[in-house]
Formats: sequence, structure tokens, C-alpha cells
Amino acid sequence: MTAITPGTLPKSSPRGSAARARMLRGLLPALSLALVLIAIAWLNPRAISYFGFNLMLNLAIPIALATIAQMYVIAGNELDLSIGTFVGFVGCVTATWLRDAPLIGILVLIGSIGVYALLGALIHLRNLPSIVVTLGMSFVWQGLAILVLPKPGGKAPDWLLSIMSFKPPYIPFPILAALLIAAVVHFGLMRTSYGVILRGSGGNAAALRRAGWSLLRTKVVLFALTGLFGVLSGMALIGITTSADANIGNGYTLLSIAGVILGGGEFVGGRVSPIGAVLGALTLALAASPLLTFMHIPPDWQVAANGAILIIVLAARVLISRRER
Amino acid sequence: MTSVRTLLEKPWIWSFVGALVVWLATIAFTGGYGAGGMVTAALSLAVFTVIVGVGQMFVITLGPGNVDLSLPANIGLASAVAMKVMGGSDSMILVGLLAALACGAAIGAINYLLIWALRIPPIIATLSASFIIQSVDISYGRGLQIKPPPGFADFTNWQVLGIPVLAMLTVVFTIGAALALQRMIYGRSVLAIGQNIRAAWLAGVHVGRIRFLTYTLCGALGGIDGALLAGYFRGANVDIGNEYLLASIAVVVIGGTSVAGGKANVPGVWGAGLFLVLLLTMLNTFGVSAGVRLVLTGLIIVGVITAAGGEKAVR
Repeated sequence: MTAITPGTLPKSSPRGSAARARMLRGLLPALSLALVLIAIAWLNPRAISYFGFNLMLNLAIPIALATIAQMYVIAGNELDLSIGTFVGFVGCVTATWLRDAPLIGILVLIGSIGVYALLGALIHLRNLPSIVVTLGMSFVWQGLAILVLPKPGGKAPDWLLSIMSFKPPYIPFPILAALLIAAVVHFGLMRTSYGVILRGSGGNAAALRRAGWSLLRTKVVLFALTGLFGVLSGMALIGITTSADANIGNGYTLLSIAGVILGGGEFVGGRVSPIGAVLGALTLALAASPLLTFMHIPPDWQVAANGAILIIVLAARVLISRRER
Repeated sequence: MTSVRTLLEKPWIWSFVGALVVWLATIAFTGGYGAGGMVTAALSLAVFTVIVGVGQMFVITLGPGNVDLSLPANIGLASAVAMKVMGGSDSMILVGLLAALACGAAIGAINYLLIWALRIPPIIATLSASFIIQSVDISYGRGLQIKPPPGFADFTNWQVLGIPVLAMLTVVFTIGAALALQRMIYGRSVLAIGQNIRAAWLAGVHVGRIRFLTYTLCGALGGIDGALLAGYFRGANVDIGNEYLLASIAVVVIGGTSVAGGKANVPGVWGAGLFLVLLLTMLNTFGVSAGVRLVLTGLIIVGVITAAGGEKAVR
């Protein structure tokens, strides 16, 4: 979204202000992140340091990966209400089979990506509402997670632990990882020709079909990518928490949807932004607890503060996009 | 024969068939033992899903993207409000119910205010609202251990000839909802907006007013549901409404209402509500573990929706 090609930049002032508004809108995810960072720096300057960021952004990597996963289905005008329990399921597999029997673990995880691809095919072929199908699947993943790991426990594989506790010089690992995720996904979805087709399946499906593209294939690819990033998110989460629990990912469903929307994505029309989504996820990760802790907001009201932050950012976006029209 | 065929063409019949199959499977397993008690229990539990299901159905019928995710938080807060206002005394039952109703309606109105003023998609608006409501509930209902007035608790558990009175009243309410949907200007407007919001607007439907009414109605039903739940389970609880997020959406869709909007189905909500409750009873009777029960519930929901099929694309 907000692709401003230099050639079409209008010169006349009303359209010029529209273009400025559009650019402002594209910058909004970055602005909201900056705002949260400034607030944290003001409340607790010591938090803005290598160790501070490592600590505060601890859980940002799995949240960012889950948000990217959600972004792919949203790009195709669908919604995945099962991503949270899926992340939990992957976490349970990672903490048990992937350590004890790596081959089975890998096969199960690849198989679960296959299930996502099949869901995409089912949703397309039978023209089903994705909300309901993924709602049903959220029960399935939760049940499987309980079957794999009835009691909280397990242990992450050592190689995963060492990856997630990697300490690069100068730049904290979560920031480095977020940059990498944003760059890779941005290139794949925004800069390749098939990425355009994938987004087009959400933008104008009828036009794509008439141009000879398989909508079945785009839906399968989008869902498979969601599954892939869901797997990465679950593995990253376990690499940080070191052990798993069947309910560990439940909050990620709503968090990932909020992250995509905060990042400038829209529910319909294939308008999504990978960089925005990662920024949105970082904003949520920071706003979720470090900021509120520094503001001395009592635990009772932390959830409400999250809701309020969402509403404020979205209200700012509406003010800007009203100027765009 | 023709009457059977027309019956089979109704989209809601399948949810009742599903409920019947599940019931028969369970009594076949128990050898006929507890067949009647199971129906009674299913009716009294399905009531709560049906009430919020009807509200959710009106919202979903408004068109793609319209859904109320704040119902669980709404139910939780209303249950606390009802118990606090009633304060355990029989004379305050009506006031408590009205308070719960008002609380729910206010939440619904705020939901629509967010959608309208901030132009946020309803999913995100109701989600953000539910975060705030949840916090209010946690802070308001902290350590709340007020029992419902005995008269109210008895009323919610009252049965005549094995049929819960609450279920009978809910049947009357759903008939009213069906009439409102099909015979009143309000219901026809909701359907028209769901089919094509622009066409409805051009035809003179007060789109804003109808959407406001619908969200408020859905919120009010969530409020009443919270009060009744607190009476039935003898106490308010922050988590009392949690399962009704998925359940309210599931009964609407399994019941044959179109997720794309513009096509609603009231009887189906009852069929689907009974189906879900009986399904849970069946899996419990079979003695499967929690994990297997969840997996089967999920697979059956996906299976039912696949069998019922989506409609041909309108857009």
C-alpha cells in the first residue's frame, strides 16, 4: 500500500496535499512506534539501552512472525482466527518431539503447513467463510496441543535456544530479527511479480481470474505462507520461553489481527504492508507491558490501556485518511 | 411428499437434523438411559447461546465484516452488574435485570459509536471495546461473591414437565425476533443493508440508525444473557461469557445465516444451539479426553460448514 511512484506525484496543491496525507498515512505505523518509544524514554531513560531493548522486545519476534502470518491471509481478504492456538500447537510440538525425535517433529510441522494449504483449498473450492473454518480449526489445534503436551513443560531444542539467545554486537537481537523479517517479507510480497498476484487476489479476484491466474493456487499459497510463519512464530516463542504450555499462544490471534491493522493493513482489498505489520507488532509488544509498567498502570487496567492505544492509533489514521479523500 | 421436500430445502433443517443425530448417537451409547434428562439439560444450556446468537445474527446480517467480538466481555460485566444491583434480595430482581439490560445496551451503543466516529472495521472496534470492558469488569467485579436472589436462581432453573421455563420464554422471544426480521420495517432494513448497503441507502433506509439499533440490540441481549447466566450458575464471574464468542458466531453460521450478510435465519439458531450443546454432552458421555473433545468439536464444526456449503459468490 501507499506506493507513491515519483512519476505520478501530482503538482497541483489539493492533490499534492492528498499525496502528503497518503505518505503520512504510510508513516503512521512508524510514528506510533516512535511515540511509544519516546514515552518509554521519557518515563524511564535507562530502558533505552542494549539490555533494555533486549528485555522489552523479548517477545516481539514471535509476535511479529504471527502478525506476518495473519497478514498473508488478510492480503487475500480472509481472516485466521486459529493462528493463536496454532502457535500454541507448534510450541508444544517444538518443546517435545522436535527435541526428542527431530525427524518426526519436522514432519509434523511440515504436515501442519500442509493442513493450512488444504484449508486454503477447501475455503476456495467450497466458497466457505474463513472466519468459521478457522474458528473450528482453533478448537482442533488447541485439542492437538493438549494431546501432545497435557501438562505445561517440555524443553526447547538446544540449537533453538542458542539461536534465540544470540547477542549480536551493538544492535539488540530482536531489532535485528525484526529488520530481517520485514525485509524478507517486503521483498517477497511487494517486490516480486507473484507477490503482486497474491495481493491482487484480495484486490480484484475477478480481474485475476480473467487474466488466467489460478485463484485456487493464490489462496493455497497464502494459507501455506500463514502456516509457515505460524510455525516460525511458535518455534521462536519456545526458543525464548524454553518450555511450552498448550495455551501459550492463545492471545496471539487478536494480537496478530491488531498488529496488521495498526501497521496500515486493511481487511479487504489486498492492502497490506509487511513493514507496517512488523512495526505494528513491535508497537503492540512495547505497549502491551513495558510502557504500562513504566506508567504505573495497575494490572487491572492494562488490558483497557491496550484497547485505548488501539483506538487512539486508529482514530489518528482516520483523521489522516479523511484528508486523503 | 412435497411438504417433506420443501422442509428439506429450508437451510435451518440441517442443524436440527444434526442435533437429532447427535442425541440418538448418545442414547444409543447409554442404552436409552437419560434420554429425557439430556434434552432438558440441552434446552436449558442452549438458551444462553440462542439469546446471544440472535443478537449476533442481526449484526452479522448487516453485511461482511460486521461482527460483535465484545459479547464475552459484555456478558461478564453485565453478570456482575446484575448481581450487584440485585444484592441478593428478591425485590430487586427486576431492577437488576433492567440494569444488566441497560449496561449491555450502552456497550452496544459505544461499539457503534466507535465504528461510526472512527470508521474502524467493526471487528477491531468491538475488539478494542472488549479490552476496555474487560478491564472495567475486572476492576468492578473484583472479589464479587454475591449470590443471586433465591427467587431469581429458582426462576432460571424452573422446569415444567421437564421443559425449562426459560427455554419456553426464549422460544417466544425467538418467534418475536423472526417476526421482527421478516415482517417489520426494522428487520427488512437490516436485510436490505446486508444485501447492498448503498442500494439500501438510496432506497431511503436510515442506514446509520438501523446499524446503531442493531449493535445496541445485540449488546442489550448480551447484557440480559449475562444476568441470566449469573442466575443459572449462581454467581457472576469475569470469565462467564468466554465461550460465547465462538459459540455465538458458530450457531449463527451453522444455523444457515449467510456470513456475507443479507440472509438471516432464526430457527437455525435454535437448531445449531441444541446441536452444539448435545455434541458436547455426547463427547462427555463417550468419556473422551479434553484434547480429543476439542479436536472432534473443531472437526465437526468444519465438517458441518463444509457440508452445508457456502453460497455462490454474490460479489
